Amino acid sequence: MDIDALTLARLQFAFTVSFHIIFPAISIGLASYLAVLEGLWLFTGRVVFLDLFNYWKKIFAVAFGMGVVSGIVMSYQFGTNWSVFSDKAGPVIGPLMGYEVLTAFFLEAGFLGVMLFGLSRVGPRLHFLATLMVALGTFLSAFWILSVNSWMQTPAGYAINDVGQFVPADWLAIVFNPSFPYRLLHMLLAAYLSTAFIVGGTGAFHLLRDATLPASRIMFSMAMWMAALVAPLQIVAGDLHGLNTLEHQPAKVAAMEGHFETHAGAPLILFGWPDMEQERTRYAVAVPGLGSLILTHDWNGTVRGLKEWPPADRPNSTIVFWSFRVMVGAGLAMLAVGVWSLALRARRRLYEQPWLLRTSVALGPIGIVAVIAGWITTEVGRQPYTVYGLLRTAESASSIDAAAVGASLAAFALVYFTVFGAGAFYILRLMSKAPHP
Amino acid sequence: MMHLDLALIWAGLLAFAVLAYVVLDGFDLGVGILFPFMPGEKQRDEMMNSVAPVWDGNETWLVLGGGGLFAVFPLAYAIIMPALYAPVIALLLGLVFRGVAFEFRWKTERGKFLWDGAFAAGSTLAAFAQGIALGALVQGIPVAGRAYAGGWWDWLTPFSILTGIALVSGYALLGATWLIYKTQGDTQQRAYRFAAVAGGATLAAIGLVSLWTPFLSAVFMQRWFAWPRILFVAPVPALVALAAYVLFSALRRRHELSPFVASLALFVLCFVGLLISFFPYLVPTSVTLWEAAAPPSSLGFLLAGAVFLVPLILVYTAYSYWVFRGKIEQGGGGYH
Repeated sequence: MDIDALTLARLQFAFTVSFHIIFPAISIGLASYLAVLEGLWLFTGRVVFLDLFNYWKKIFAVAFGMGVVSGIVMSYQFGTNWSVFSDKAGPVIGPLMGYEVLTAFFLEAGFLGVMLFGLSRVGPRLHFLATLMVALGTFLSAFWILSVNSWMQTPAGYAINDVGQFVPADWLAIVFNPSFPYRLLHMLLAAYLSTAFIVGGTGAFHLLRDATLPASRIMFSMAMWMAALVAPLQIVAGDLHGLNTLEHQPAKVAAMEGHFETHAGAPLILFGWPDMEQERTRYAVAVPGLGSLILTHDWNGTVRGLKEWPPADRPNSTIVFWSFRVMVGAGLAMLAVGVWSLALRARRRLYEQPWLLRTSVALGPIGIVAVIAGWITTEVGRQPYTVYGLLRTAESASSIDAAAVGASLAAFALVYFTVFGAGAFYILRLMSKAPHP
Repeated sequence: MMHLDLALIWAGLLAFAVLAYVVLDGFDLGVGILFPFMPGEKQRDEMMNSVAPVWDGNETWLVLGGGGLFAVFPLAYAIIMPALYAPVIALLLGLVFRGVAFEFRWKTERGKFLWDGAFAAGSTLAAFAQGIALGALVQGIPVAGRAYAGGWWDWLTPFSILTGIALVSGYALLGATWLIYKTQGDTQQRAYRFAAVAGGATLAAIGLVSLWTPFLSAVFMQRWFAWPRILFVAPVPALVALAAYVLFSALRRRHELSPFVASLALFVLCFVGLLISFFPYLVPTSVTLWEAAAPPSSLGFLLAGAVFLVPLILVYTAYSYWVFRGKIEQGGGGYH
């Protein structure tokens, strides 16, 4: 594959996966939320929980459908554009994805029909079981696909055979590879937080119109509890994930921090413009020593810079420096809303403070922004490899003409923007309806 | 320890997954293909409701087919996908349009006809692309080393267009006979007429493809006509004729379930015919299943789970079908 076709294939993957990740993130969170709502309905007998369940079920159905169709695209794109990678890594990651299909996709699909349409046919208890199975399916799906991604980031438990394929040597080491637990925790919390802000923003939108509606109050309150409890946890999980990355992918961390030079007592560069050509971060605003403290938990710890790697092995710092800051900024904003809600809740003014409600509406999509920025950070940051340190992206692609990849990219862009644009519009319209019975 | 041919077991399992996909998504794609021919909006709602609770599960078999090929025969996956690039992209885009239509068409009054169009066009495109992909695979894929060595347009031939039309007709037949089983009244009467037309087209297409295939490669010719093999393979066309007879006599007598069963039998028999032509090749006639197989540790790891997960999947899938058993309520409305 020539360079242009390679760039187009990478763009196609980035484009389709960025669209796709939105829907699983919402599905993971909403499936669990629906299970909680239905459980509360069964346990307390209060109809308001069933109303909320039916309200969010409709939105879940639209988001889930978009997740399914955009996910099928991903599972075939490995073969069309990245066939060399598929041939080489298939023996290791293929079975993990096979387990995702067998344990997660079938489970979700098998019980989705019952969950969406079957309450009157099977009764509340079996229906609750179906909801739980759908939620379990979304969790298992995250488990396996994050194991795959983590193995590509921190490969372990493999050998290389005589035709150059990665072959499994130790499945336990492959599945539970070094970055997997951190990535799984970080992504699950991200899905819950993203959903909490979507639910919270929707609740706030309706509270601004009618502050007495019980369903709006319940969804807003539940969302703010999630923000207050999960946002701090997520920051801890993110820090642990970052330390794990520093250990296994130090070049990625150097790019995230905009460090070109290796030094002890490294500064924390707050803002700046990492310039890959000039090998320095221009216009840097930095706090001395803080970089080492955060990364090594020691003021004088040594932090390696990008110049330790040959230029061909460096990830693009300009992109990941900024995507990382967008993610962290979004995380801090979510934390601030959580803390604010706690303060208002203590004074029993949670539903009456219009500025919190307005902020929540504005920040409805903030979790999704953080998810996409985070994935850009970790995926651009592991370049130039598909299997980290072992298989280069440029050596992973199929030998397909640039024209073919470009044409399919254009088709995907056109279809995704129209179809998923319409889907987003329908979801927003569903959300704009008040959660009346 | 007894020696197990893991690659052969997996080839059997994947063949089962592909067959399950073809017959299950076949009928719900078929419902989409027939969509524009049903005049009333209420009847179209009924058609949609007849597949809404199960389509997602049906389509998951396609993910298992693709994901399974990737997992256990990565070399075949790496060769076939670039070879079938355009049909695969068309298939995926078709599935996007029809998949979202299930929810989207209920969310808008003004735009409902657009999503009905997307459902019909997406279903037809997906079926046609699958048929083209099948034809392109049957006619052979050039391989050099561990990669596809042909051109960008190799998949497009008169033969692959014929197989594309064949699959669209066949899915329409499955969809029509499914509707006969699931609906009543006017919708069902129309479905009988659809089934007769689609059945005729399907049988004609089966005949043409069957006559053409042996001339594509000496391997296929030998598979079907060499003595004494011909004795063992002759029952396949004979059974196709029997299934066709059962189908048309059941349609004439206005049976409700047996037309669907006879259509399923036609698909199973055609699939068996394909297996006779293909075996043991995954990429005919250059890569065998043993050449393409991942190492035993990969095959064994996934098989260990599959042996109890696949039966479990079949059980809860059957449960889901059972929950939604019986006729669709007349006049649409239904689930949303």
